[in-house]
Amino acid sequence: MAILEVEHLSKTFERTEVLKDINFSLEKGQVVSLIGSSGSGKTTCLRCLNFLERPDTGVIRVNGETLFDAADPVTTQEAAIRKKRLHFGLVFQSFNLFPQYTALGNVMLASELLARERPDYKENKRIIHEEIEHKAEVLLVQMGLGDRMKNYPHQLSGGQCQRVAIARALALQPDILCFDEPTSALDPELTGEVLRVIKELAEQRTTMIIVTHEMAFARDVSNHVIFMDDGRILEEGTPEEVFGHPREARTQQFLGHYVQ
Amino acid sequence: MEQFLEQFPIVVQSLNVGFLQTLKLFFVTLLGAVPLGLIIAFGSMSRFRPLSCFTKIVVWIIRGTPLMLQLLIIFYFPGLVLGKQIWGGGEASRFLASSVAFIFNYACYFSEIYRGGIQSIPVGQEEAGLVLGMTRKQIFFKVTLLQMIKRIVPPISNEIITLVKDTSLARIIALQEIIWAGQAFMKGSQGISGQIWPLFFTMVYYLIFSGLLTVLLGQLEKKLDYFR
Repeated sequence: MAILEVEHLSKTFERTEVLKDINFSLEKGQVVSLIGSSGSGKTTCLRCLNFLERPDTGVIRVNGETLFDAADPVTTQEAAIRKKRLHFGLVFQSFNLFPQYTALGNVMLASELLARERPDYKENKRIIHEEIEHKAEVLLVQMGLGDRMKNYPHQLSGGQCQRVAIARALALQPDILCFDEPTSALDPELTGEVLRVIKELAEQRTTMIIVTHEMAFARDVSNHVIFMDDGRILEEGTPEEVFGHPREARTQQFLGHYVQ
Repeated sequence: MEQFLEQFPIVVQSLNVGFLQTLKLFFVTLLGAVPLGLIIAFGSMSRFRPLSCFTKIVVWIIRGTPLMLQLLIIFYFPGLVLGKQIWGGGEASRFLASSVAFIFNYACYFSEIYRGGIQSIPVGQEEAGLVLGMTRKQIFFKVTLLQMIKRIVPPISNEIITLVKDTSLARIIALQEIIWAGQAFMKGSQGISGQIWPLFFTMVYYLIFSGLLTVLLGQLEKKLDYFR
């Protein structure tokens, strides 16, 4: 069964149709790359999945459970949406780390706040806190930041910040981890370290959706590639199909800009 | 000289009493205006149009008229126009009326500073919190608030220093703060009359206190320097 199913997703901003009838699905452990020129709707698509934008039409299903159905008002209520967001993790282009917390604090914050809702929180406060801290430390070590845990975001390089942000998203164990151009704010030297971490996650069969302009990386890391143009999915398939033998003229034109 | 040395302890003692009242008004105003300002800020940022319009009009009126006039209206209007002595009588009533006027006036100024502070924080911070399953309340208290405080310390410091001196406006409704105490020696009080130096001497109190506050607020700013 598909872990994620997206059906007939559309979104209009002030009369501009940004998404037009988007349909795709994703299997557990798969990596999907969303490629396409700026303004083609890739980022909006990710933001809809994370409920940062509300789709005008469409259905979002995770593990067969309907999280969002524009036609069913029960699923679109703000209060219900908060918990549903936890199925998804999102790593932003500009990191959006919380500046007043250390790397460790950034990774722990949301888990700590969620733990407060547990019925046994009061009795086991300390154990819960230690568990969360331990988990966060393991994640940061995994990201190669074992010696940076006590640093604040402004003391870290862009690449390090983005790796903290990835750890922060992973801390909540989302079913699907989304990346919104994770390396677009980084210089080429720092891009590598972030892409390496994402590659490692792919090898561990983390389910991911990656919006990226790094074509070589997308080709290398993904199982499935979706090419978006003007709010539509124009072409999709294996990396080999889309990058090797693009069918559509628009895809060929777009990929032609990237010398491989 | 001999006369001055004789008068000095009497004057200082009287000024101390006045300054205590000044300090009381200062701290009560801060205590009230800091949280009230936040509520007004949320009012003016509300997506519910009637509320935000109403708040903006109130802020306009309060910021657009002299604090001295507000003091007079708040103190005299209920008694002289409505015929109801809601403030009671004596020094306590003047203090109460002054506190209300000051808290309201300063809350309006603070609210605009808060609004600027909140709106200067990138949306990405809120979005990052939302994506992590945080509630809007948690995002405000755990993420936005401290960043806002850091940004508003310099403008708020300005207002706080101004407040130290603005307390003297309560003199207009005869609150016995330090200016009132200094002036008393011109008309005559405790055997001293026709002396203007006690009034001028109040300057020392203001300078020492505002100097102290400048240092403290500077330290707060430094304390928040650990993040950017």
